[in-house]
Amino acid sequence: MLIETTKGPYEEHALARTLGFEERPNEFVVWIEYRLGEELVRRDAHVILKQPSAVAGAFLGGFG
Amino acid sequence: MANTQAICNSFKRELLNGEHQFGAPTLVSRTSLTAPTVDAFKAALYLVSATRNKSDTAYNSTGEVSGSGYSAGGVAVTNATAPTLDTDTAVWTPSASIVYTSVTLATAFDAVLIYNSTQSNKAVAVFTFGSQTVTAGTFTLTMPANTAAAALIRIL
Repeated sequence: MLIETTKGPYEEHALARTLGFEERPNEFVVWIEYRLGEELVRRDAHVILKQPSAVAGAFLGGFG
Repeated sequence: MANTQAICNSFKRELLNGEHQFGAPTLVSRTSLTAPTVDAFKAALYLVSATRNKSDTAYNSTGEVSGSGYSAGGVAVTNATAPTLDTDTAVWTPSASIVYTSVTLATAFDAVLIYNSTQSNKAVAVFTFGSQTVTAGTFTLTMPANTAAAALIRIL
């Protein structure tokens, strides 16, 4: 399968692939790096939001 | 400097003024507009060094990422699901992942601003995540469940 890289399309088997996973309080992160020799030629990142903490409260006022 | 996750203060006021249209409700006429169409929303990415926070009132290109394949202002947010109630909480979440395809973003970024591109780019909220870079690849933000516990926008 051809992978688009900074150096143009490369056969996937010609590249070294590293897969990473990290869990953080608000998200999971998955990333894939492709290297040609030592050089990073492609990096994809996927952030999966779990439970963003930005919420707005709505409050009822009173007359008293 | 740092980005801080928050619903923008101006957005709270604008909600009470009816300045954002996440759905397409049928309204009783206040003069003319009774069948508003849904506004368009966009998502812009910001560098770790930026200062996006609750004080933002509109999209701002200061501190926005730049690089091959990325257009200033970011990408459209898919909004096929109108706001709804989950028990006592009003919730809204984009109906699809936000995807930046074939981009190179070499400087680390850690925030996305959702804003209303129909209404003068008014800010909605800032969301932060662990810093990332992308090289000739795809950056995907997958949305949380559209529930009272996890939705992107929740009004309790």
